[in-house]
Amino acid sequence: MDFHHLRAQFPTLEQTLAGYPLCYLDTAATSQKPKQVLNAMARYYENDNANVHRAAHQLSSRATSNYETVRDKVCHFIKAKQREEIIFTHGTTESINLVAYGLTGQIKSGDLILIDTAAHHANIVPWQELAKRTGAIIKPIPLDSECRLDETAYEHLLQENPFIVALSHVSNALGTLNPVNRLVALAKQVGAITLVDGAQAIAHLDVDVQAIGCDFYVFSGHKMYGPTGVGVLYGRFDILDSLMPLMTGGEMIKTVSFEATEFNQLPNRLEPGTPPIAEVIGLGAAIDFLSALPREVIAKQEAELLSYLQTQLKQLGDITLYGANTSNIGAVAFNLADEHHQDVGILLDQQGIAVRCGHHCAMPLMQSLGLKGCCRASLGVYTSKEDIDRFIEAMASVKEMLL
Amino acid sequence: MSQVSQPSQETFLALKLDSSEILPLFEQASNWQERYRQIMLLGKALPKLDEAFRVESAQVRGCESSAWLYHSVIEDKHYFVADSDARIVKGLIGLLLTACQGKTSAEIARFDIEGYFDMLGLTGQLSPSRTNGLFALAKAIKAFSV
Repeated sequence: MDFHHLRAQFPTLEQTLAGYPLCYLDTAATSQKPKQVLNAMARYYENDNANVHRAAHQLSSRATSNYETVRDKVCHFIKAKQREEIIFTHGTTESINLVAYGLTGQIKSGDLILIDTAAHHANIVPWQELAKRTGAIIKPIPLDSECRLDETAYEHLLQENPFIVALSHVSNALGTLNPVNRLVALAKQVGAITLVDGAQAIAHLDVDVQAIGCDFYVFSGHKMYGPTGVGVLYGRFDILDSLMPLMTGGEMIKTVSFEATEFNQLPNRLEPGTPPIAEVIGLGAAIDFLSALPREVIAKQEAELLSYLQTQLKQLGDITLYGANTSNIGAVAFNLADEHHQDVGILLDQQGIAVRCGHHCAMPLMQSLGLKGCCRASLGVYTSKEDIDRFIEAMASVKEMLL
Repeated sequence: MSQVSQPSQETFLALKLDSSEILPLFEQASNWQERYRQIMLLGKALPKLDEAFRVESAQVRGCESSAWLYHSVIEDKHYFVADSDARIVKGLIGLLLTACQGKTSAEIARFDIEGYFDMLGLTGQLSPSRTNGLFALAKAIKAFSV
């Protein structure tokens, strides 16, 4: 694999900021997009622009075919059983909302919802709203001293027969990897419905939803080199089919009269209105991009870079790493001494370094760590060793300025 | 932003920021490191807001760091007391206050805050897209001074 050729596919990376070449270490927030994704979206608008599923003419027929082809691609990409199990949404957040709302009629007052403490807000708030509507109860699954999900505590909580277990595949803020196959299997033993948030995993790991055994798996396009505004809800057919639609209206209906409406079948039943067509097509191109890469080679390269990043940060001194384990995926969370994460972020930005500083949309996790926030450096397929070296050099100058 | 209790009038008046002293330091700064050193020094020079006043009702929304702002009108002039838990943000707040402290409503309304930050070599810091909350603070200062 020619790394320089791969990196050259990302036009955004070739820029300077205030005289410094951009060093993009914020892939976990959103990845940069390769040319083939940008081109695919431009091609749709230039050649095929028409609404889908209304194919009275050739343009619409082409658009529909391109759109539906992506459903097959996603199905194959995450190894779902059938294409009807793939619902296009606008992202992870909408996917989880669809499930949490859709289960409203199935969950009862007093039923238990278990949530990963490391979950980001998108995998907390929809469940809280579901609990408010139904009287269900939410309990967080604690983390151990290394910021990993505490499996002993988890097993104890499972004895309370939760109705739903919501897990992260990879933590958004810390990059810690959950052994989801094992965690889901344990949840299934007590009959819980399982949802795995794969937003931070999908760009880094080969995801096999059948091997994981979860009922739902969700992710966003923009974190896997695809466009913003598109995401996926995978659901096992029978349980997906049992969800009450969150949104109703055009496209998701079979027949409408002023007396009654009959909903369409999956997947259309859960895709109301005009979908994000260009974005779905862009997502398809992102899957092609990822599928053409030697994923194992890339995963090894990312793991080596991450480990190098952790080592270099430690060597710098006065750095606290959070949940930094050898099995971390794509991200490192840290603080510099007692300095405010935002001060560090501002000074890094002055040197063209883009990292995330804040609570990372995981306030309960920050609370459990006793932090206001932290900085997070995250990697993608285009991250080079030079990026890490520049980042460390910039951190050294930040340290010199602040300490 | 309803404020139940306020720092005393002396606190408001004690905060003396002299733009004729501060601005040349920024004009002389030859690079960003020097500018940010000056910002942090300014932040250090600002008095710390008493813990009792670091309350939610005084917090300015839109800051990734926490920032608190108090306002008082004394003899038709506007005075501010502000603080942040982040050092650079506190210094940037100091720069804002330098321009607004002890000014009349008309002076503050006329004042081009964005131009001021550009002039200091801090273009882009005062924008709604920044999480440092300076834009929110500037808006709050303008709103107080109507």
